[in-house]
Amino acid sequence: MTAPSPALADTTTMLRRDVRHAVRFPMVTISGLLVPVLFLLLFDGVFGHALRAGLGSAVSGGYINYVLPGILVMAAASVAESTALGVNADMGEGIIARFRTMAIWRPSVLAGPVTGSVVRTLITGAAVCLFALVLGFSPKATALGWLAAIGLFALLGMALSWLTVAFGLLAKTPAGANSLSLILLVLPFVSSAFVPTAAMPAGVRAFAEYQPFTSIIDTFRSLLTRTPMGNHDIVAVAWCAGIAVAGFLWAVKLYNRDSPVAA
Amino acid sequence: MQNHAQLPAPGESAPQLAIDAVGLAKSFGGQHALTGLDLAVPEGSVTALIGPNGSGKTTTIRILSTLLAPDAGRASVFGHDVVAEPEAVRAAIGVTGQFSAVDKFLTGRENLALMAGLHHLRRAVALERTAGNLERFELTGAADRPVISYSGGMRRRLDLAMTLMGEPRIVFLDEPTTGLDPRGRQVLWRIVRELVAGGVTVLLTTQYLEEADRLADRVVLIDRGALVAEGTPSELKRRAPGGRIRLHFAGDDAFAAAAVEFGGAERSDDDLSLELASDGSVAGLRHVLDRLERHGITVESLSAQPPDLDDVFFALTGGGPGPSRANSVGEGQ
Repeated sequence: MTAPSPALADTTTMLRRDVRHAVRFPMVTISGLLVPVLFLLLFDGVFGHALRAGLGSAVSGGYINYVLPGILVMAAASVAESTALGVNADMGEGIIARFRTMAIWRPSVLAGPVTGSVVRTLITGAAVCLFALVLGFSPKATALGWLAAIGLFALLGMALSWLTVAFGLLAKTPAGANSLSLILLVLPFVSSAFVPTAAMPAGVRAFAEYQPFTSIIDTFRSLLTRTPMGNHDIVAVAWCAGIAVAGFLWAVKLYNRDSPVAA
Repeated sequence: MQNHAQLPAPGESAPQLAIDAVGLAKSFGGQHALTGLDLAVPEGSVTALIGPNGSGKTTTIRILSTLLAPDAGRASVFGHDVVAEPEAVRAAIGVTGQFSAVDKFLTGRENLALMAGLHHLRRAVALERTAGNLERFELTGAADRPVISYSGGMRRRLDLAMTLMGEPRIVFLDEPTTGLDPRGRQVLWRIVRELVAGGVTVLLTTQYLEEADRLADRVVLIDRGALVAEGTPSELKRRAPGGRIRLHFAGDDAFAAAAVEFGGAERSDDDLSLELASDGSVAGLRHVLDRLERHGITVESLSAQPPDLDDVFFALTGGGPGPSRANSVGEGQ
């Protein structure tokens, strides 16, 4: 019975379970799409005119060209939030106790939902981009730029999902998991998502410039609209990889809280 | 297949122990769930762990199935320590707990396929075992319905079917028949017998001595987290002189006369009945009937009840049966 890689085989089995849940309850995926779509409408349609005027000649094209990268990050955060809720609810189910008594690759219980979450993040991101095109988004990305953006988006989805899966395991109730994940939806406001960090007061500006979302958003902006890249891409990938690894380790530690683990 | 359940006669070499636990202790925030439990389960046997609520049955199962680490003591399953080698233990066991361990959003068939996947079964084997288990647990008709539409009994059966997909060497069943209707109980009992016939070791917990009596080769009685007694069901019942004879009378006169004659009996004036302690023997019953006849007292009906878990429990923990026989034995202390 030795599969080439039990970790991969078990994660695939758990992903299948997650996809079945997602197909049976499409509202989870749809509600993950609601937040970014609403923010896109709000920031493009309501605040867009005033904010565009404030940006001056620093950016080209409509405000939607500036704001889309930030909205994409919020889309990933929104999907990750729904994953936290799902994992929190799932942990109360008897089937998780069963998984704990089975000789499987233990992190697969979490890696399945995380992989499912990355797939939902990519679907949501694609839907948001299509909607943005309808609203007047004019990308200048090369084919390679699109590929890089998709790759970074998947990495971001994985990082945020591992982090929120840990939130889901940490919180005692779905409401708690929700509150913890909310920080990921608030942080983009103090980043380069909606206005350039240069326009912020000194203290806030220092935080905004160095928090992870800013480099990630700037990387997307550079890939999609050809603004200068600088070293944003390296910083962004490092942040995502770091958050993914830290989130993974934290989540697995929380999952193994009281039961004996393999020596 | 041969039943290996009999304990070895003195001098015979003991069969391999499926479970060997010594001095297991576990506390939850100052509450002592286990206080030094010793447990030995021979391979191929059905062992019933009985005891009142809160006696530590579920904690024992949780430790043996690697869900909890003990605070003290050690336990091994087929020679593998539950703390040091949990993966080897997990590979040998199948667990059906008190709470339904099924995915209610999947169908019955998908739940079994999930188990097949996690056991890395080849496709043909997976399909064959899935079909076989659906048949065996009478779930074929409901196989493609989401479990959320299943009754409690169907969920229990699916739960056990999932446990068996990996063909475990030992199966833990924590109160498997609680909440099942008589039909569901029959199906479960049949499955347990089939498992044992196939050489599988079964450790089950139950609150019903009747169930232990029907299924188990050995009964282990625990109370307050420690072993109180062990033996075959009939051995335990012999040690419990807690049987009762219940006499019903048609009229007040007969009832009053009998109440005088059997002064120590528990009387129930509402339905004109008396309850006498009995040792469960035919001679004892005849003696009661003789006394009634000698005094010309007419009994309308009579029923004799063998000792039950309460009686065994009180007899073996020194509480003693009697008029004050607490009916709260089922409630945890």
